[in-house]
Amino acid sequence: MAELTYRAAVAAGIAQEMDRDPSVVMIGEDIGAAGGVFKLTEGLFGRFGPERVRDTPISEQAIVGAAMGAAMTGLRPIAELMFSDFFAVTWDMVANQIAKSRYMTNGQVSIPLVLRTANGGGLRFGAQHSQSIENWAMAIPGLKVVAPSTPADVMGLMAAAIRDNDPVIFCEHKALLAIKGEVPTGEQFIPLGKAATVRPGSDCTVVAIAAMVPRALAAAERLQAEDGINAEVIDLRTLVPLDAQAILESVARTSRLFTVEENPRLCGWGAEIVSLVADEGFYSLDAPLVRITTPHIPLPSAAVLEDAAMPSVDRIADTIRRRLEAAR
Amino acid sequence: MSTQRPTAAAPALETRLAIYRTMAECRQFEARAQELFFEGLVRGTTHLGIGQEAVAAGVAAAMRTDDYTFCTYRGHNHTLARGVPMAPIFAELFGRGTGLLGGKGGSMHLTSVEHGVMGSYAIIGAHLPIALGAAWSAQYRKSGQVALCFFGDGTTNIGAFHEALNMAAVWKAPVVFICENNQYMEYTPIGSVTAVPRPAADRASAYGLEPIVVDGNDPDAVYAIARTAIDRARAGDGPSLIEALTYRHGGHSRADPGKYRPDEEVKAWLARDPLPMYRARLLAEGASEVALAAIDDETRGSVAEAEQEARSAPEPSLDVLETQVWSDGGSAWRN
Repeated sequence: MAELTYRAAVAAGIAQEMDRDPSVVMIGEDIGAAGGVFKLTEGLFGRFGPERVRDTPISEQAIVGAAMGAAMTGLRPIAELMFSDFFAVTWDMVANQIAKSRYMTNGQVSIPLVLRTANGGGLRFGAQHSQSIENWAMAIPGLKVVAPSTPADVMGLMAAAIRDNDPVIFCEHKALLAIKGEVPTGEQFIPLGKAATVRPGSDCTVVAIAAMVPRALAAAERLQAEDGINAEVIDLRTLVPLDAQAILESVARTSRLFTVEENPRLCGWGAEIVSLVADEGFYSLDAPLVRITTPHIPLPSAAVLEDAAMPSVDRIADTIRRRLEAAR
Repeated sequence: MSTQRPTAAAPALETRLAIYRTMAECRQFEARAQELFFEGLVRGTTHLGIGQEAVAAGVAAAMRTDDYTFCTYRGHNHTLARGVPMAPIFAELFGRGTGLLGGKGGSMHLTSVEHGVMGSYAIIGAHLPIALGAAWSAQYRKSGQVALCFFGDGTTNIGAFHEALNMAAVWKAPVVFICENNQYMEYTPIGSVTAVPRPAADRASAYGLEPIVVDGNDPDAVYAIARTAIDRARAGDGPSLIEALTYRHGGHSRADPGKYRPDEEVKAWLARDPLPMYRARLLAEGASEVALAAIDDETRGSVAEAEQEARSAPEPSLDVLETQVWSDGGSAWRN
């Protein structure tokens, strides 16, 4: 076991795969000599050299397009989009080209690439550098979507994303970069599409990803201590493929479901989870399905406003308490 | 028209006859596809390159078999020029199960990886960065392959063009960008929406590249320029940007009769139709009428045969509908 930060786990996960497979290469802005603006790729340039860790101009269409072309022709590129908001600049490449080409060519083309990006709010960066875009990606057939919450998951899922033969959007949460966690020794690999039950419980199921996982866990601990409510917390880890069975199995035991989503309300990833449980887990439910989300607004920058917008430990705990009481 | 006359001698007669055959195949295939569109057999839309065959044929003759082609929704010519058989292309246009893409792509997305045709792209500009990526891959793998990327004049005004040109130049990527300037971006004269007279060549210097303009209706000139650019890319000397001047005989797409173009202009370009021009030149320079007529006849035969084969093919099985979203062949997004 070693203790790593979430930040260091990103570089460690990439390094593990670059060591084992020479076809893994990286491109992005400031990722090389500078080590990344969030220092997520520190050390890789020195270790693997400029041929494998390439700096690019500020050209998101060219970065993502070039990664696609390289992936189609034998490489396993990792492209970094400095902020996930920048996906909007290159959405044609992501949504029209990368996601559809295998289907449109009836399987002639494979696109094994990873688009890594600093996602999410909490850093007072304002509405164009704080978005949660995992639900944008989730809405496009042909994209896999990963959003880890711990250093160990970052490493293990990074390995799985890089080895996967399909395009993967890998969301690294900006507010989690400094957190520390134990990472087992040896090669790390966690398959895509497997949720983790990070806190077993019997009274309700709380589903979260990324920065909402530690908040959901803190809320669960408070509910246990203050109200004797025993919440089960599930970290989905990947949205596509989705571990639907883990959710359904949990709800079959707890009969109540909450989602905790950082994305704005409409069409957030939790809407799909709620729809799925309403359809397939309806008869095990004892109460309405509840989504705890950011309101349907752009994220503001002032600390007090941003904190009020994103689901907080207080809001998660209060909502769960109130809705469980109402259902009694 | 101020174009560069290549300094290299004309290619060998054998190569020129192969180029002529490719041009004849493209012309006859597309002429028939257009008729079949009006008969209702070809559905959706088609974008024909009738009049622009010399570019696809001239460049293809200068390529190595493992080089990559990236083209646009006006990509029948480029696909045929790499040797992709006609029957699966017709079948794709007819929406049949034996189509090149199994009926999932259609006219605008022709792809045949085994022939190096890495895709026909239908969003303007997208494939320039993608071709650059294939070139980067070839550079990294030291495979000696070159990526050839075809696009229209309208593409020179979209951001991806400029991003790709800059990054390709910085990386010295083995990619050749070929702008087929057919004078119109869809329905609008390119000159009326572009700040410079030569939409591609006048931008080349911004990326440290030589401005290259070639007569895109002269396949020998296209071949020679392409040869030089491909050799340069393969030698590690970086990308080229070629502007080939040509003309779309018809409208932008199936619904467009192209009436916005002055009669005089259309007449002048039709008089420079690359097919009869090249045929006459080859006759004057040593090819026999018998050999050229044989190419014309054989092509007519293969177009008819391919059409029949595609017509008799079944529609796609519904079993394929939810396949090939993922590399495991399926489309499951959950367990």
